[in-house]
Amino acid sequence: MALELYLDLFSQPCRSVYIFAKKNNISFDFKKLSLLDGQQYGEDFGKISLIRKVPALRDGDFCLAESVAIMLYLAEKFKTPDFWYPADLRQRARVNEYLSWQHTAIRMHGSKIFWLRVRSPSLICVGAVRLVMSYRHHVLAVLEYPFLSAWRDRVQEAVGKELFDEAHQYILGAQESVKSMDSSKMQVYKPKILRLFM
Amino acid sequence: MGRLVEVYLDLLSQPCRAVHILLTCTKIPHRVRTVALRKGCVMCCSDAILKYLTTKYDVPEHWYPRQPERRARVDEYTAWHHTNTRPCALCLRPPQVLLPAQSGSPVDEARLNRALSDLDDTLDKLESMFLRRQPFLCGDDITVADLLAACELMQPLGGGRDVLKERPQLQQWSTRVQSAVGEAFDEAHSVLYALRDRRRARL
Repeated sequence: MALELYLDLFSQPCRSVYIFAKKNNISFDFKKLSLLDGQQYGEDFGKISLIRKVPALRDGDFCLAESVAIMLYLAEKFKTPDFWYPADLRQRARVNEYLSWQHTAIRMHGSKIFWLRVRSPSLICVGAVRLVMSYRHHVLAVLEYPFLSAWRDRVQEAVGKELFDEAHQYILGAQESVKSMDSSKMQVYKPKILRLFM
Repeated sequence: MGRLVEVYLDLLSQPCRAVHILLTCTKIPHRVRTVALRKGCVMCCSDAILKYLTTKYDVPEHWYPRQPERRARVDEYTAWHHTNTRPCALCLRPPQVLLPAQSGSPVDEARLNRALSDLDDTLDKLESMFLRRQPFLCGDDITVADLLAACELMQPLGGGRDVLKERPQLQQWSTRVQSAVGEAFDEAHSVLYALRDRRRARL
């Protein structure tokens, strides 16, 4: 049975796994999941991932969740080039250090900015508006870091613009997609989004 | 024997205790420099430190297995830990409960109840998704994942709260972790126990 990756490319960790697998020519069955349609709560997906989160991997009878764990597993199994996850102990520790830090740093803020930018007023009750407004200055500030911007360009070049754009096509069109989306589907996410900001 | 590993630890911090326990029970030569973390200074890279230590030093393999699927299980838990077990237990850490009591200002009950509810959900997942019917979170042997989780769930004890009180499955797991590491567990938790005891003495 081919390796299966359960991904929704709206999700940051899914995009990381997608790009990593594609860039390293790892053959996989792309099992598309739509989080906005609640497909992660389906019975079949529950057999793959008890955590019911994406990304998820199935390799034979071995199932795995968490993007970091998935990428490290793929790096080991497919013997990807050393620079992805160096064998040298100290270099590897530096990568692990970042992977550990990013869970509660970049990732959390990225999620908040996504929901702000997508601007789904139907999800934001009056009581949360003032909290949402307090994040607006962060949304503007993150765009003004030239070193990070240059780094992002280097990453894009290293993985290849085509693959990078392919992975990001859905998220870059998110603001438009949301306008035409059935707002009742978004209501499921209201409690989670409010928790992000409260 | 090699050079001593120098570690900077505050034993009020859960991740610091996990590192301390690993060093002590695997007898990795080390020197502890005690630090007092500033308010809001969060340690979040303890799993990187634990993985580094288990790889560099000759420790029993069960701590961080080399077999890819078993290692992936540990990586899966340590990743999940950051956004689940850790933030939930953090909300019940002693400063948020103890300091209001000490200063005379009321504990924010709504916030506390929300934190307890979140922790309850997380503990449900810990039991059903990771522990299941296994002795330890990632299989038959203790790993660094168990150290991270166990130290995290001890934290509310400093505020007089035993979050595993009505969870026999997790209590048994915690007991197995403590037995597996021996004296190192209580040694790492000595500061937390002292905080708990001072609180009891005041009540």
